[in-house]
Amino acid sequence: MTETFVSWGMTYEWAWALATIAGILLIALPLMLAVAMIIYADRKIWAAMALRRGPNVVGPFGLLQSFADGLKVFLQETIVPSAANKGIFLIAPIVTFTVALLAWAVIPFNSGAILSNINVGLLYVLAISSLGVYGTVMAGWASNSKYPFFSAMRASAQMISYEVSIGFILICVVLWAGTFNMNGIVIAQKGHIFGFINGFAFNPLLFPMWVMFLISGMAETQRAPFDLTEAESELVAGYQTEYSSMSFALYWLGEYANVLLMCALNTTLFFGGWLPPFELEFLYWVPGIVWFLLKTFFFFFVFSWVKATVPRYRYDQLMRLGWKVFLPVSLGFVVLVSGYLMFTRYGA
Amino acid sequence: MIQTFAFYLFAVFTIASGAITIMARNPVHSVLWLILAFFNAAGLMVLVGAEFIAMLLVIVYVGAVAVLFLFVVMMLDIDFAELRAGFIKNFPLGMALALVLLAELVLGIGAYRAGALELGVPDGTAMAPVGESNIEAIGALMYGRYLFLFEAAGIILLVAMVGAIVLTHRPRTDVRGQNIAKQIARRPDEATVNVKPEIGKGVSL
Repeated sequence: MTETFVSWGMTYEWAWALATIAGILLIALPLMLAVAMIIYADRKIWAAMALRRGPNVVGPFGLLQSFADGLKVFLQETIVPSAANKGIFLIAPIVTFTVALLAWAVIPFNSGAILSNINVGLLYVLAISSLGVYGTVMAGWASNSKYPFFSAMRASAQMISYEVSIGFILICVVLWAGTFNMNGIVIAQKGHIFGFINGFAFNPLLFPMWVMFLISGMAETQRAPFDLTEAESELVAGYQTEYSSMSFALYWLGEYANVLLMCALNTTLFFGGWLPPFELEFLYWVPGIVWFLLKTFFFFFVFSWVKATVPRYRYDQLMRLGWKVFLPVSLGFVVLVSGYLMFTRYGA
Repeated sequence: MIQTFAFYLFAVFTIASGAITIMARNPVHSVLWLILAFFNAAGLMVLVGAEFIAMLLVIVYVGAVAVLFLFVVMMLDIDFAELRAGFIKNFPLGMALALVLLAELVLGIGAYRAGALELGVPDGTAMAPVGESNIEAIGALMYGRYLFLFEAAGIILLVAMVGAIVLTHRPRTDVRGQNIAKQIARRPDEATVNVKPEIGKGVSL
């Protein structure tokens, strides 16, 4: 995009700045729209699985429900509890929301459509997703209230536990792709199986990694069945208990943006990103972004499906799964994958 | 232009948040400012072209170490009066430590200036070779030239971890842990029994 602006007669610096800002807006604004729509989709899927109707009043088929909710919280008053630590209390939702948007900078939407095509793309995603815990922890502490505090404790322990195994899973993918660059990882999946199927998930050595990544992703985004930070039967609403109006809405938006990000990561790392699913000439006529969005929304459906059908884990079970199952298995697979590649690709 | 601007932004924020880390009364605020300092230091790393180190700084320090700090500090029962009393008591020790660190810095920089250390010239040429990414350069060094040091560091960390587990682990016999494999292996016919007891007699469990 920078070249276009340069060709309009701008200096390189101004063109770069303008192109970057335009790129950020091009990602952030549709993302917000997508978040509003997937909240609606989530509720509809959930309702359908429970044989209910779901939102169907505001707009055709209730499509405008999320916007009505947004307007409602926008007009409400932000209440800061008198015992709360005011500064941190107000910064916490902003942190969550900002972090949820940051990681989208390195997600490739199409072969050239990536905001910053950096060499350490995957590490950047890992770094940003490890920041996500701060919004929750700060909120829980600053609320100066019992249940949000428990929630913050749970969140910090849970996210650290699952980040460890996610790190090992990503190492397997990186080993196979040979690069940390997100676009490079997508291109490495081209014709991965028999030169026909695009996607690491169909590789027998990486398929278990994908299953673990999907489950860890649910734990990392604190989605059901791992939504122990806002377990309403134990903790009222968890870290969000003391929040109202827009500060609450920011948590909501951030949470769903994170869920979408996990779906996009599943797509990019294991299902060929913007590549069509099969190596067929006519499938390439469909723009890459369509494939990317289709796969991402499919994974969002899977997330909703799990949320609607699987009961919540107990906290000790969650920790057991993270530390005693996922960590040893993913570590074993790092050895397995690197050993296999050592003997086949890189030579003994 | 933008590099200069970014450098001053990151540098000022790093130093300022580092200073506030020390000065803040509330330990939780201290940790949060420390996190901001780490984050801005990562920004500085990006500016000198060490993006891999920057990402590691964020992942390891901000994402894991500082979370654990925060985890512990959050649970402290903060008593501000006691904190201030401790300040007077610990002041001599703190000053002594500060002086030692200052002397070490002065000596180190002095030795470097005098040419005692062969670290190269500080002119910004210590960059990864062109056409080779940061990660490849560091990997080649770590798993090539410094392989034994790297392995030794790994073994030391492993020993430390085993030591920590041995010191803190206490086997508990009074709790019944959940045996998930046993639960899953259970079948309905071995879990439930249909009995038809005679009237006036119970069932033995």
